[in-house]
Amino acid sequence: MSADNLTRTQRDDLRTIAAMIVPASEEYKVPGADDPAIQADMLATLGRDTKLVAAALDHLARLAGAPLAELDAARRDAVAQGFRTSGGVAAATLARVVLQCYYRDDRVLRALGIELRAPFPKGYVLPDGDWSLLDPVKARGGSLRQAP
Amino acid sequence: MKDPVDVLIIGAGASGAAVAWSLAETKMHILCLEQGGWMNPADYPSTARDWEAKFYGEWSSSPNVRGRPEDYPVNDDNSPIKVVNYNAVGGSTVMYTAHWPRLHPSDFKVRTLDGVADDWPVDYDALTPFFEENDRIMGTSGLSGDPLSPLTHPPMPQQPMGLSGAIIGKAMNERGWHWWPSDTTVATMDYEGRARCINLGHCTPACAQGAKSSTDITYWPQAIRAGVELRTHCRVREITTDENGMATGVVYYDKDGVEQFQPAHVVIIACNGVGTPRLLLNSKSDRFPNGLANSSGLVGKNLMFHPYAQIYGYVKEPTDSNRAPPTCLWSKQWYDTDLSRGFVRGFGVQFVRGAGPVFEAVVSEQRGILPWGEDHHRVFRKLNGHRLGFSAICEDLPEEHNRVTLDPVLKDSHGIPAPKISYTISENSQTMMDYALARGREILETAGATDICVNSPIPWGGWHLLGTARMGTDPKSSVVNEWGRTHDVKNLFIVDGSIFVTSGGVNPTSTIQALALYIADQMKQRLANLFD
Repeated sequence: MSADNLTRTQRDDLRTIAAMIVPASEEYKVPGADDPAIQADMLATLGRDTKLVAAALDHLARLAGAPLAELDAARRDAVAQGFRTSGGVAAATLARVVLQCYYRDDRVLRALGIELRAPFPKGYVLPDGDWSLLDPVKARGGSLRQAP
Repeated sequence: MKDPVDVLIIGAGASGAAVAWSLAETKMHILCLEQGGWMNPADYPSTARDWEAKFYGEWSSSPNVRGRPEDYPVNDDNSPIKVVNYNAVGGSTVMYTAHWPRLHPSDFKVRTLDGVADDWPVDYDALTPFFEENDRIMGTSGLSGDPLSPLTHPPMPQQPMGLSGAIIGKAMNERGWHWWPSDTTVATMDYEGRARCINLGHCTPACAQGAKSSTDITYWPQAIRAGVELRTHCRVREITTDENGMATGVVYYDKDGVEQFQPAHVVIIACNGVGTPRLLLNSKSDRFPNGLANSSGLVGKNLMFHPYAQIYGYVKEPTDSNRAPPTCLWSKQWYDTDLSRGFVRGFGVQFVRGAGPVFEAVVSEQRGILPWGEDHHRVFRKLNGHRLGFSAICEDLPEEHNRVTLDPVLKDSHGIPAPKISYTISENSQTMMDYALARGREILETAGATDICVNSPIPWGGWHLLGTARMGTDPKSSVVNEWGRTHDVKNLFIVDGSIFVTSGGVNPTSTIQALALYIADQMKQRLANLFD
């Protein structure tokens, strides 16, 4: 199953709910999760999550009774609240898909000060730390419980 | 028909690799059948930009989520703790945190000391040389001299303390509680062909650098050079026996799915505390109608998981986040029994450095501390890169109703009945977990953490699969004897975590491997009369 199985309405609702989860921000200079590139990433990599995401979107449609984008702001917020509380595993999967695609977008990572690369092969540098912090533990000592 | 082998080992993970390596010096014909294949580090998550997303799919720790052909499904609906494992050459050492404590000497004498469960038929002293040998081959790092842990001699220095370790150490000192750098199997310097750790961050789902020890890069190359044959993508369905009740070999499916029979003079099972009882229960015959080696009725019973009580919070200072191995320090402050706490036995603690951005966002959204909408960005910046965690590994005592059986419906890709788990957390364990969470909260608050969240038990925390074919000297109350041979079948041995009598309060892999080396040594000493 792939994103091809999502209807146009479902894709529209996915875009709308994604923007409600993570809206664009001028203050933080980041796009919203409804950004076309982020939406394209979601659809391209939906893979094994497609079935649950489709179920979540079906549930959302039942709650909304109309395309989400057509509701007024108050009604949309109420539907979203109901979706979060009653959507179960399917709603959690949808939110996870939105977030995992959002937080790998170059613009988002750059705004967070995260390097745009895989961890390997460069890795990261870790400070060795001040091991004199262990001195009180050494001074206190102790002993293993004896086994007969 | 295939030529018989002298020794057939089922499973190429932590214990199967160790026993193969040890027996190789006998020059016997040794064959290992492994249902998975060889790993390719170039495919490991840390080589890709979307490394975190992979944890929710093909690199999930749950075999049910991964669903690869090499995995078998597990029905764990009747358990608050789900089974996690990995199936490949290296087994679950490919996918583990590399945290490397040993059971304590007192763990082998729980009946004598605390009046619960049973004493082991072996003691810590008998295993000591094998712990040392195993640490050398797996390649451990750490700081010798922890006053509250068994004495170890890691060949490499401990991991850096990092930002997170310093915050934890200061908080523990303020409380006056024990902490110490963990022994780990992460190489902190170049070691035996392994490159040193470069802090790829998420050791658990395999290490692209090869700094984390797994048996595919430690024991197996040596065992194969010494003449052991390792056949991959071969899934064993059952162990066969003859009219004398001796094992004759195994029926397995080869890489093409074709059923094969491999005769053997000795069979060694190394399939973990779920896979081993599954195989024994699937090996029924007229002579063994309740499953092989099950005259005690204990095959599959006494499953112990180690319920993990986890609590975490967020400090103002930056933590190591995903830029370091996930665990760095441990505490044994509450390891031994103190009945004034309201429970018997105790728990070890592993501190957690932090999390990557995707994990942070997903988990915090699910917890309800990361909001939807305008405030999302502000809150995320407060959380991301500021997490500190405390995980208590609570000793699970053996209870017969916690068990592995065969699922009547669920089967793997070869049609072999899958395991079914029935497990509940005991009152003693729950009290221990609640106590641990209270201590964890105190530590986090001392460190200045806010937004404290509890994750207890860790649902996908069933890493440690123990106790389902326990050791003992009495065939009525145990499955294998004091040197790993099944009481019922004199050429059948078990070397994995299923033979644990009790679980201790620490990660078990070091002890599993020491025990496997000990059993191999016992076999070598008894070759002339192994079946007497």
